[in-house]
Amino acid sequence: MSLTLEQVRRVAHLARIEISEVEAQHTLDRLNDIFVLIEAMQAVDTKGIEPMAHAQDVAQRLRADRVTESEPFAQRTAFQAIAPETEAGLYLVPKVIE
Amino acid sequence: MIEHSLQAMARSLADREISSVELTQLYLDRIVRHNSGLNAFITVDPAASLAQARAADERLARGEGGPLTGIPIAHKDIFCAKDWLTTCGSKMLSNFVSPYDAAVISRFGEAGAVMLGKTNMDEFAMGSSNETSFYGPVRNPWDGSCVPGGSSGGSAAAVAARLAPAATGTDTGGSIRQPAALCNLSGLKPTYGVVSRYGMIAFASSLDQAGPLGRSAADCAILLNVMAGFDDRDSTSLDRQREDYCRELAAPAGNKPLAGLTIGLPEEFFGEGCSAEVTRLVEAAIAEYRKLGAETVAIRLPSMGLAVAAYYVIAPAEASSNLARFDGVRYGHRAADYRDLTDMYCKSRAQGFGAEVKRRILIGTYVLSHGYYDAYYLQAQRVRRLIARDFAEAFRQCDVILGPTSPSTAFKLGEKAADPVQMYLSDIYTIAVNLAGLPAISIPCGFASGLPAGLQLIGNYFSEARLLHAAHRYQQENPWHLQHPDGFA
Repeated sequence: MSLTLEQVRRVAHLARIEISEVEAQHTLDRLNDIFVLIEAMQAVDTKGIEPMAHAQDVAQRLRADRVTESEPFAQRTAFQAIAPETEAGLYLVPKVIE
Repeated sequence: MIEHSLQAMARSLADREISSVELTQLYLDRIVRHNSGLNAFITVDPAASLAQARAADERLARGEGGPLTGIPIAHKDIFCAKDWLTTCGSKMLSNFVSPYDAAVISRFGEAGAVMLGKTNMDEFAMGSSNETSFYGPVRNPWDGSCVPGGSSGGSAAAVAARLAPAATGTDTGGSIRQPAALCNLSGLKPTYGVVSRYGMIAFASSLDQAGPLGRSAADCAILLNVMAGFDDRDSTSLDRQREDYCRELAAPAGNKPLAGLTIGLPEEFFGEGCSAEVTRLVEAAIAEYRKLGAETVAIRLPSMGLAVAAYYVIAPAEASSNLARFDGVRYGHRAADYRDLTDMYCKSRAQGFGAEVKRRILIGTYVLSHGYYDAYYLQAQRVRRLIARDFAEAFRQCDVILGPTSPSTAFKLGEKAADPVQMYLSDIYTIAVNLAGLPAISIPCGFASGLPAGLQLIGNYFSEARLLHAAHRYQQENPWHLQHPDGFA
């Protein structure tokens, strides 16, 4: 199979990556090369094989749902010091709801 | 001093023949002299490094030093380090000064090691040549017109040129082992879950694993002793009894130190696809292993040919999810101009990510999208199971598996940069190990036309000590690893 330009544009939008027409065409060519490599997998009969999601077949550990940071406000300040835009402890983004 | 093993360096520090400040300054001076030609480091902070060195000297003076106290270590720029620029090789994080330490950084800090700097890497660890870095390619110290491998290319070049005694790396599909092979180093990818991923910027979470890049297997064992250990902040960290990875290395070498070890030789690793000179060097190493007392047995890994295909579905799928966090809201690059929130995301990500990272996000988004999930993602996970079963079957017949690390020696800068598929195939022998979650080490096995080649030893889960022992015994008799490139006096 091969992808279409329209699929590349759609996937780029889903991934929230702006893509120009020139880039989309170039990307399409590269992705089609890569999908030729990936398609090799389709010839394999995997009926009855359990998908392997992780390197170790162990149950994921869970932890109690409680605050573990000793100084959450100091930590918030440190983390927000590197944010593009904050105010009163909140991250600012362009207005979403009119 | 720069050719001292880590053990000898620690002894010199403990005996006060040299202070950590002097040792750190020695390497900082070497970085000033040689880094502009290699581009191995993204960030060096002499004041911060020397402050750590002074603290290490105080600790050594109290007689409280450990095996790495006072020794400078270079860290791949994928590890968050408090108050250090942490870029992951990307424009997206070109302004990201980390507010916290990764587990690996904390563990080296607790051991008293000195942080020497942050090394260059392929952007978000996506690459096999270090050419996808926003900070420019790294040059191979053995030949400046060649790549050092990737994605831990800066770490490998730094250690190979003796700009650092040792370094950390991460390995998602070969990113420690392949640069180790191309730069004449020893590099270990531990069993998945042995080293905490906390604070290590995620690429493909089910495959990523941190490990050491050193000048010898013995150095890697010392580094792994510090890096390995349970961490409850990483939900995939394994809670196991601590082990000493150096324990088998000190025993006196008898006549046949590897008697009783069975080495499996998979026919899939020795066919076409591997260059003649690398095959010749690996075959010579096999003969050396027989002299050391090991037995060899032919094995099959029938699904090996599908590993690259499965990997280029699974890794991009996980990457597309992990990299969704880079949205210009909480940290990292935000576009200067945008119409609305969606436009801000789209422009920030278009500007912040390089071409290879975008490609992989798009592949991942596609294979996870409606209508394609079963055909690609689930099929890749089923193939992953077949690959893991191949290894499980092989380890019923042998203790370790041996083959080439990379199908060729270092290739030229630019040679594969325009052709992603050719680049992907340079990891053909390393990728399956990550899919199965197994440990593997690459060690030097000789030179072809002046460029180093590496052999790979793959072990069963948690067999790092055995791999390090098998590598160390080979290095005692075949000291390829002691050769270093000219021009870095």
